[in-house]
Amino acid sequence: MKFTKLLASAALVMGLVTAAHAQDKTKLGFVYVGPIGDGGWTHEHEKGRLAVQERFGDKVESVYVESVAEGPDAERVMTQMALDGADMIFATSFGFMDPTINVAAKFPDVKFEHATGYKRADNVSTYSARFYEGRAIQGLIAGKMTKSNVVGYIGSYPIPEVIRGINSAFIHARKANPDVQFKIVWAYTWFDPAKEADAAKVLIEQGADVILQHTDSTAPQAAAQEAGNVVTFGQASDMSQYAPYPRVSSIIDDWAPYYIARTQALMDGTWESKDTWDGIGAGMVGIGEISDAVPADIKAEALALKASLADGSYHAFTGPLNKQDGTEFLADGATADDATLAGMNFYVEGIEGTIPQ
Amino acid sequence: MDLSSINPIFFFAGFFVAATPLIFAAVGELVVEKTGVLNLGVEGMMIMGAICGFAVAVESGSPLLGFLAAAVGGAALSLLFAFLTQVMLANQVASGLALTLFGLGFSALLGQSYVGVKPPRLPDVNFGILGDIPVFGPIVLSHDIILYLGLVLVVAVWALLKYSRVGLVLRAVGENHDAAHALGFKVKRIRTLAIMFGGACAGVGGAYISLIRVPQWTEGMTAGIGWIALALVVFASWKPLRLLLGAYLFGGLVQLQLNLQAAGVAIPVEYLAMSPYVMTIVVLVLLSRDKGAAPGSLGRIFHASS
Repeated sequence: MKFTKLLASAALVMGLVTAAHAQDKTKLGFVYVGPIGDGGWTHEHEKGRLAVQERFGDKVESVYVESVAEGPDAERVMTQMALDGADMIFATSFGFMDPTINVAAKFPDVKFEHATGYKRADNVSTYSARFYEGRAIQGLIAGKMTKSNVVGYIGSYPIPEVIRGINSAFIHARKANPDVQFKIVWAYTWFDPAKEADAAKVLIEQGADVILQHTDSTAPQAAAQEAGNVVTFGQASDMSQYAPYPRVSSIIDDWAPYYIARTQALMDGTWESKDTWDGIGAGMVGIGEISDAVPADIKAEALALKASLADGSYHAFTGPLNKQDGTEFLADGATADDATLAGMNFYVEGIEGTIPQ
Repeated sequence: MDLSSINPIFFFAGFFVAATPLIFAAVGELVVEKTGVLNLGVEGMMIMGAICGFAVAVESGSPLLGFLAAAVGGAALSLLFAFLTQVMLANQVASGLALTLFGLGFSALLGQSYVGVKPPRLPDVNFGILGDIPVFGPIVLSHDIILYLGLVLVVAVWALLKYSRVGLVLRAVGENHDAAHALGFKVKRIRTLAIMFGGACAGVGGAYISLIRVPQWTEGMTAGIGWIALALVVFASWKPLRLLLGAYLFGGLVQLQLNLQAAGVAIPVEYLAMSPYVMTIVVLVLLSRDKGAAPGSLGRIFHASS
């Protein structure tokens, strides 16, 4: 009895010590949807966290929890982080949106940063990258590189972020090659290598010789490598271990500058709730090196498109464009505004199939 | 809608490949549960097998050695479970869950340097002229040796449980461990061996994902297949041949929905994704009328004094 009492009080003292110690440190929490070794989405967020840690050294203490299921589990993890004294929590998946809002309401003094969502509060900021700009470049290369004129697309969930990417890729693939068709498969998961590989195989069996993926693992790359003669693109991370072929280019999410800026703002007391949506120009979306498997003229065209997207002289959604049902989406020369893009829930004209509801 | 783009030969061939990890993991768990032990650590043992098999296959250049290592890795991890539940008499459900968590974490640690590495390919079995039989050849006779081993294993387990003395002893231990003990059978030893067999099978199933189905190593790559294998054992009501059928049904549904989607058929994917679990629940309800299906001592701790 005495011994347990002793232990308990020792633990209490230790707890007090760490709590007191934590006061002078800024404590950050990161919630990840997949494992940090997924080689894609979560891997890049982890790189951002490490960059913050390196930049601020002892002044920052950061913790992360990986493979957190979207839904109530995320709420539990974030609550625990807040109770443990986190000053700012980064929730890095779309499905963490409502849990983030719920937990943020309970902890008004803790700052929250939610990736790719659209719900904000006084202590909840949102941030995302204009991945669709990268998709435009992938679409162009895909349209030029396909010989079967069938491009396979592995979607995760039918949410605006993913649909936007499909539309952007399709518009630019069609521009490069009027005969191109998209075959779209929804995996209903962000991370399930076996299922992602199966989806890639099915698309290849049904004639696709270019695979675009909006899921997090490198499994589709492995499946394409196995099949041979199939072009892929790295998603979220460079996935350069599959370069120069099948992976011919990639979209790289670079969160480090944003994470450092927000941590700095928190330390300076200038943090405020806002929405950040940066693209190629601001460096949040990187385009991985276009490998030599792509002919030089196509590569030059892709780089020109990248430059025009970066300096803002061209918008990836520029009219004339119609929606799938034939009604007008954008008039000649008009560009889509951010609100339309953020809530995009329709395919553009030419894509076959319906978006699952 | 254009169903003609689905090639039935690829489709059914994909069926077999998708079902094989499930078959291995589930048939191992079936034997374990037949001896009255509920090991919820299938997912953890699978992922351990996936990384052990992958690492050894890459280092040695031999996929078959990889599968052997996967079996050893899975069995080694299952020994931890055996120690906890058979020696320390810990709760089986909690120990199994702990095994899954431990396996996921430990495999991630082991696999650090194997991300992005391409494993050696296991060649398909050459059936010679038989492989040229139209339709049948490319669907059934175009696979690797491990896939066929899985089919043989299911039949062997079925025959063993049904006709052999060993099978009778296994079932006796699972149905009533006190009676089996009174008859002089070493309940703990038998259970430990069964747990190791289950671990080895789960390990091979995991390695089938990392070496053949994907093929690559990624952390957490089994992504819930171990849990489907657990459901499958219940779905099959502890009967090996029904388990085979269930594995094709569960594995086939995934293939079917991906194929239909790629062909442009609008289908409610969410329902298909949850269908294995729904079917398992339905089977559980049906089974509840027939109390004899589950092994009598399933999940109960045995101590010789009681």
